[in-house]
Amino acid sequence: MFWNPSMERMPVEDLKEIQEKKLRALVNNVYNYSPFYKRKFKELGLHPSDIRGLEDLPKLPFTKKQDLRDNYPFGMFAVPISQIVRFHASSGTTGKPTLVGYTENDIRMWVESLCRGLVSCGVTHEDIVQIAYGYGLFTGGLGFHYAVEKIGATALPISTGNTARQIELMKDLGVTVIACTPSYMLYMAEYAEKMGTSIRETSLRIGIFGAEPWSEETRKRIEEKTGITAYDVYGTSELSGPLFTECTERNGLHIWADHFLVEVIDPKTGENVGEGEKGELVVTTLSKEAMPLIRWRTGDITILETEKCNCGRTHPRIMRILGRSDDMLIVRGVNVFPSQIEHVLMQIPELGEHYMIILDRVENLDVMTIQVELNQKVSIEKPGEILNLKRKVEERLKSVLGVHANVELVNPGTLQRFEGKAKRIIDRRKI
Amino acid sequence: MIRQISVFVENKPGRLASVTGVLFEKGINLRAFMIADAGDFGIIRMVVDKTDEAYKALKEAGFTVAINEVLAVEVEDKPGELYRIAKALGDEGINIDYVYAFTSEKHKALIIFRVDNLERAVKILERIGVLFKGRID
Repeated sequence: MFWNPSMERMPVEDLKEIQEKKLRALVNNVYNYSPFYKRKFKELGLHPSDIRGLEDLPKLPFTKKQDLRDNYPFGMFAVPISQIVRFHASSGTTGKPTLVGYTENDIRMWVESLCRGLVSCGVTHEDIVQIAYGYGLFTGGLGFHYAVEKIGATALPISTGNTARQIELMKDLGVTVIACTPSYMLYMAEYAEKMGTSIRETSLRIGIFGAEPWSEETRKRIEEKTGITAYDVYGTSELSGPLFTECTERNGLHIWADHFLVEVIDPKTGENVGEGEKGELVVTTLSKEAMPLIRWRTGDITILETEKCNCGRTHPRIMRILGRSDDMLIVRGVNVFPSQIEHVLMQIPELGEHYMIILDRVENLDVMTIQVELNQKVSIEKPGEILNLKRKVEERLKSVLGVHANVELVNPGTLQRFEGKAKRIIDRRKI
Repeated sequence: MIRQISVFVENKPGRLASVTGVLFEKGINLRAFMIADAGDFGIIRMVVDKTDEAYKALKEAGFTVAINEVLAVEVEDKPGELYRIAKALGDEGINIDYVYAFTSEKHKALIIFRVDNLERAVKILERIGVLFKGRID
């Protein structure tokens, strides 16, 4: 099944023609309307007329997360705010969020991309889709919501949390498709068993899982436990949330080439890696108006596959995300940078400068523990005062990270010291 | 009034052993001891024979440690003694934060008190004739 058959099956040469045409328009557009890119082009002595085709792509500069931070809030925008119909934001590294704006066309393109994905993994207008991604500034909930409605399926905008209710509604309404993080699906399956029921007793048949890296082993576990078919979905808040999914072949996620131009590079050299080789995914948005991005460094490690898929779609595919090229952590679907944690800890006078970040998966949910040393300024007269300090640190972390962290206060000098680059992260999760 | 040592410890196997190990190495003797447990950490409170030495040794060993003054009360080792004192303090509106007790051959039953109003508590305990004014060593 196809949502947009002529586009999804378009011959590769025709797709390339569209991409080159759109790339030239993009370069002109950002040069004229985006203060950030205009400056960047001038610094590099680059003119839009230098970019004729895809082979000129390496001449263009990369865009990095730091650029978004430096140009917060509106410096990356290429349209006046009056044309923006929606904002989404993710938590920032040092308190400032990463802001993304969308024009009406941007939203339409986002919905179109995900509609193609949903249909490619077998979702139809007869399905009831439980959207257990967060609604709000996070892109997951609303992203799925509009695509589900667009294909004529039924959206159940339940958002995250309240697992008992999730299972109850899934049963009562006869939900057939769920969108959530893979770890939450596993958690829900176990929760259902504790409630004396099973996901197998529901009508659920398809799960679309993303917002955190997962593995083939986890896919097998989910499918064995629940009896559903599990698909991978990918997107990043900077490009538009959920955009690309696997098709029923389940051999990579289709990247819609009429809207996005992908490269896979060696994160150290910035050079393109060969086909089939691992590298960092770099995406150029070909259709975005409000906040076009040129050679956006996603930080996600994957492999690019350009061979035509058995499903008939000609668009390139990326393989499952294998990891990160930077130190970003994904905790319960939320992007967390260790620098955000450090920033919070260093502002609290009772804490020392040494800390460790420990990640575990307990009953299929991520648990983040931050061990931090006290310094001698702390009053240990009463346990209550230390508990208050612990609570204060936890609250500040929650407000900056958007996800809970357990704080363990420890004596000065007890945490490991590092010579050279500190390894403050212990990730014990099995994905 | 006597001096008490407080030590912050993580709630992990071996932590109590490392605190007491430091004291053992310095030949410091414990007179009274308690742990206030608060989830993933606890506060050890103790009265020792050589308070300053114990403080120095624990601090050098990397512990978060403090010295503070507490009240000690000496009573007969018989029923009703703690009741008598607790009532005297309670009747005067003094709050007791925590209490721990020990007995030894040398002293009668000694009860350590931490209260919210030290000065008034001293007066009350003197009035009923139980305040311990000696030294613990």
